[in-house]
Amino acid sequence: MEINLTLNGRKICGEIEAGTLLLDFVRSQGCYSVKRGCETSNCGLCTVWLDGTPVLSCSVLAARADGREVTTLEGVEKEAEAFGRFLAQEGAEQCGFCSPGFIMNVLAMERELENPGEEEILEYLSGNLCRCTGYAGQLRAIVKYLNRKKEGEVQGRGGEESGAKG
Amino acid sequence: MERKAKIVGSPVMKKDAMALVTGKPVYTDDLAPRDCLVVKVLRSPHAHALIEEIDTERAKAVPGIVTVLTWKDVPGKRFTMAGQTYPEPSPYDRLILDRRVRFVGDAAAIVAGETEDAVDRALKLIRVKYQVLDAVLDFRTAKDNPILVHPEESWRSLCPVGADNRRNLCASGEDGEGDVEEVLSRCEYVVDETYHTKANQQAMMETFRAFAALDPYGRLVVTASTQVPFHVRRILANALDIPKSKVRVIKPRIGGGFGAKQTVVAEVYPAIVTWLTGRPSKIVYSRYESQIASSPRHEMEVHVRLGADQEGNIRAIDLYTLSNTGAYGEHGPTTVGLSGHKSIPLYGKAEAFRFRYDVVYTNRMSAGAYRGYGATQGLFAVESAVNELADRLGMDPVLLREKNMVREGDRMPAYYGETAGSCALDRCMARAKELMDWEHKFPSRDMGNGKVRGVGVAMSMQGSAIAGVDVGSATIKLNDDGFYSLMLGAADMGTGCDTTMSQIAADCLCCDLDSIIVHGVDTDVSPYDSGSYASSTAYLTGGAVVKACDSMIRRILEKGAEYLGREMDQVDFDGKRVFCLDGSGEISLKDIGNRVMSGNGFALEVTESNTQPTSPPPFMVGMAEVEVDRETGEAKLIDYVAVVDCGTPINPNLTRIQTEGGLVQGIGMAMYEDITYSPKGQMYENSLMQYKIPTRQDVGRLRVEFESSYEQTGPFGAKSIGEVVINTPAPAIASAVAHAAGVQIRELPVTAEKIYDGICRQSHLETCR
Repeated sequence: MEINLTLNGRKICGEIEAGTLLLDFVRSQGCYSVKRGCETSNCGLCTVWLDGTPVLSCSVLAARADGREVTTLEGVEKEAEAFGRFLAQEGAEQCGFCSPGFIMNVLAMERELENPGEEEILEYLSGNLCRCTGYAGQLRAIVKYLNRKKEGEVQGRGGEESGAKG
Repeated sequence: MERKAKIVGSPVMKKDAMALVTGKPVYTDDLAPRDCLVVKVLRSPHAHALIEEIDTERAKAVPGIVTVLTWKDVPGKRFTMAGQTYPEPSPYDRLILDRRVRFVGDAAAIVAGETEDAVDRALKLIRVKYQVLDAVLDFRTAKDNPILVHPEESWRSLCPVGADNRRNLCASGEDGEGDVEEVLSRCEYVVDETYHTKANQQAMMETFRAFAALDPYGRLVVTASTQVPFHVRRILANALDIPKSKVRVIKPRIGGGFGAKQTVVAEVYPAIVTWLTGRPSKIVYSRYESQIASSPRHEMEVHVRLGADQEGNIRAIDLYTLSNTGAYGEHGPTTVGLSGHKSIPLYGKAEAFRFRYDVVYTNRMSAGAYRGYGATQGLFAVESAVNELADRLGMDPVLLREKNMVREGDRMPAYYGETAGSCALDRCMARAKELMDWEHKFPSRDMGNGKVRGVGVAMSMQGSAIAGVDVGSATIKLNDDGFYSLMLGAADMGTGCDTTMSQIAADCLCCDLDSIIVHGVDTDVSPYDSGSYASSTAYLTGGAVVKACDSMIRRILEKGAEYLGREMDQVDFDGKRVFCLDGSGEISLKDIGNRVMSGNGFALEVTESNTQPTSPPPFMVGMAEVEVDRETGEAKLIDYVAVVDCGTPINPNLTRIQTEGGLVQGIGMAMYEDITYSPKGQMYENSLMQYKIPTRQDVGRLRVEFESSYEQTGPFGAKSIGEVVINTPAPAIASAVAHAAGVQIRELPVTAEKIYDGICRQSHLETCR
């Protein structure tokens, strides 16, 4: 069957099987940031936005995206870089395999919650598993990112400073 | 040129960080050719059976199916999937496909086809007639059981590890010093208890996967999510019975390993498909497969007898470990050793120790390497026993440890007689005590609402590489304009070793981090390195980087002197230029780099290897505060304090993250992650829904600090960090629960049910049951 949707701001037309999962469809469209970590909707690695709302793309049929707007990490690259730099400055990306889904939810949280406290942050992101970091470094990165953003410092950063001190 | 730590010791970002956080296609499945065949494995539903007939005709007829392989199609030479240095201590007990299947999930057939859909359909159409056999499911009954897991004549053990397939023994042995029975008989206090740990899954976020293709020379190129590229090359050559020269292994970015990928769990399947069909192929394990047919921690039951006098001097330790290697022997003979050799030496003042062990085959999933590698299991037992001893003596377990712990300069008889050349365990304990406010919190505080908070403590040690066996290597090249290539055979699996090794190189060569470009790993290109396991990379490969840089500097001096028309002893190098000591001239590194590319017969490229006769242990102390609800038995981790001596932290951010990550895996093992089986040998926790790795809401507060010693034999004083950090949560949390609820749990995980049960039995409340 054929679906028409907006993927990362670009209108596309896709030919799919009725059972194709959104996860497999976006990967077939070159959105390789989207990862599969389980088959039971437990890990959060495959998080994308459907009309701006985070969903697990392993549990959504591609057909459901017909006529709608799908955003993957590739579609929010600038923001991913801005937050990702905070994450990396804590060393809290580690293997990085869960980072895309995690960052999609961090950015969604940023849009949805105003000044979230630590408990709220942990609750919002509890569906994003990570086996490397122990989560503490991710929390440090989020808190610093939200604080600096409040102070308007994020815009002033940027530039490729590989090897920058954290 | 003087070597100073400038970039070493600073929290620089990983070199690959921005690619990872922006979701670039850098992992195995992102790189697989779009048209490659999809490979899947048909798995046995029986714990033990012989394949009488296997009919693949209908499966082969499915449109898009390219090949279906059975035991008749694979080489008959046994091999091991364990990524270890040859000759491997793990027995050669595997075939790619075997007529005998030995656990629920064992491979029965391989299917490859154009699409996943076709392969899934074909898998359902394979007809297998099994002769179902009795199985050995309880590892306590495996030794000398009449049912043999490996009765085959072709089974073989390459090393003298006490293996005997006719007795279901993968390994057995004994070690000791002094007369342990005699000393125990004279001890006023003897703790005599048995502790049981489960076959925990590493559960790295990226499951097992690999893809294969033939190159223009007809060689097999395998890109794999692995920690051990060079071992994969050998193992694939063994499995396929082809020359090693025919195999090339490439490691891209890896989505976590934790030891799981020190075993060649999945690589053989696409390798044989591509070798036989000539077509590129890939396998991507489902989470289900990663749970039921992989390479988890060895289940162990450790019997401890710990003797002490009235003053709390630990005088004797006797350990017997029974380890369950499951259906195959990967890492069986070696993990068990650490259960004794990396627990007993913490108490170096004991007059006698004995360590005996059996590693048995059963019809369960094969075990393998998981961070901690047996030390985790042994330390749960020994540290729990020490805590129980303290409770019986009525002594503070911190004080008991301060009396008995190994200190810098002590000889460690149970650690191969090595001396603790660098050890800040005493400082770790002092700092942890302070951070936890132990004096006030020990042993417990009644919170007045039916909840009690208890605290518990544990110590841990590990090694830094396998002494006299592991090889770390580094190649350094000087390029035009004066930048360096650092080629590594060690596998960065997210840990950040590509970056930490570059930090070491930058400080040795007196340049900035961006002047080092790093590459790893491709077995055709990288220098031989045994791989990233056994906490080896920082210490061993780091040492190789130092050596390679020293050699490179000598070469730069030699070439610079030649260009300056001087002797080598008349010049020096400051990282940017070679200059005459008398100030009469200089040539920049950039000019040297450019000039050697014309009319030069002296390569500015060096490779150095490093091996070490000792394996200096990192040490740490962990303290847990746990709140137990006495009504329900529910235990909640409130606070965890960890103070670590890893020698010099090369990158403080990465050592901190390693510690926090290791702690949370340890907390998962201690409190949530269980592995149980049905009476037929099917594993229940076969998804992340049942296998509860901690979420960010489950782990309480973590506080990590470092008390560094300086290891003279390590690069810039470094030891290791990766594994030592997983060992303390289980014993510390179990002891905190004991102090809160009066119930010592000796079988992991420490769950509400077990605590509640213990509280009930203690208070003899019939109504509870």
